[in-house]
Amino acid sequence: MHEMSLCEGIRRVIEDQARKHNVARIRRVRVEIGRFAGVETGALHFAFDVVMRGSVAEGAELVTLELPGRAMCYDCMKEVEIMDRLDPCPTCGGGKLMPQGGDEMRIKDLEVA
Amino acid sequence: MSQDRLIEIETGILAKNDLYAQANRARLAERSILAVNLVSSPGSGKTTLLCKTIEALGGQPLGVIEGDQQTQNDADRIRATGARAVQVNTGKGCHLDGHMVGHAMDHLDLAPGSLLFIENVGNLVCPAAFDLGEDGKVAILSVTEGEDKPLKYPDMFTAARLAILNKIDLAPHCDVDLDLYEANLRRVNPGIEILRLSARTGEGMADWIDWLRAQLADKSAPEAAE
Repeated sequence: MHEMSLCEGIRRVIEDQARKHNVARIRRVRVEIGRFAGVETGALHFAFDVVMRGSVAEGAELVTLELPGRAMCYDCMKEVEIMDRLDPCPTCGGGKLMPQGGDEMRIKDLEVA
Repeated sequence: MSQDRLIEIETGILAKNDLYAQANRARLAERSILAVNLVSSPGSGKTTLLCKTIEALGGQPLGVIEGDQQTQNDADRIRATGARAVQVNTGKGCHLDGHMVGHAMDHLDLAPGSLLFIENVGNLVCPAAFDLGEDGKVAILSVTEGEDKPLKYPDMFTAARLAILNKIDLAPHCDVDLDLYEANLRRVNPGIEILRLSARTGEGMADWIDWLRAQLADKSAPEAAE
């Protein structure tokens, strides 16, 4: 979803940080993306290259780190880790799972060239 | 690698949007304005539902922010009810963001105790991720869309507080299982509230209006609402 506007958000953060730290060039950008964030990493990489043109991060490598999907099971009331949104509870097999995490979209760090 | 070559950030990618959303939320709280973000796929009947809702709410002060890629059509339909409406055209964008909504709020300049409807761009994907500063998202589904819609687009139905099953007058004509619709909604969001209605015939509208009035009452007496 909207990987292009996500990359525009990443670019704004990078440019703010580059100004703050007086950095002219970024070599690598690491982002943390939750399993349930709805982000297609292939599309994110494509959009990243396009959106970073003309910025301090032009040509930089984008590294995506996947964070696990977590949910609260309303049947056994345990917090569990699931691979897919529609998976049953791995502990009790229940089907009423409320996502508790995994929708993160964070820039972790920037490596200066 | 020396430490100064790595800049630790740990900032949300949508941090900028979240700041705008927080500012909107503070402005709304100051005036006890209830903001409802209406999300759905295109064609679920959002605008018709809104027009009927505005009529049913009678003298309740309110305003509408209409999001669409192009055209003023929806804002024109809302204005025909006598309500104030601002149309936001997102152009290439697939969702409203906090910044756009803040601007639209400037134009509406709503009175304290008002109700603000934000009709998001018809899209079940992107608007789920963008906080606008609203009190809650209401997802509208029409019975013609298929019972598995919540399973296909779980993000939106997990983010929503209430789901409205609209166009129930059509249910007998389209082999739809409304209970299965509800079961699938609860599968992706066990806490979701669900209302069945038809904006066209008015069936079920009273429950929706009651829901809105209860939320409005909570908003103007925040200390009572936990």
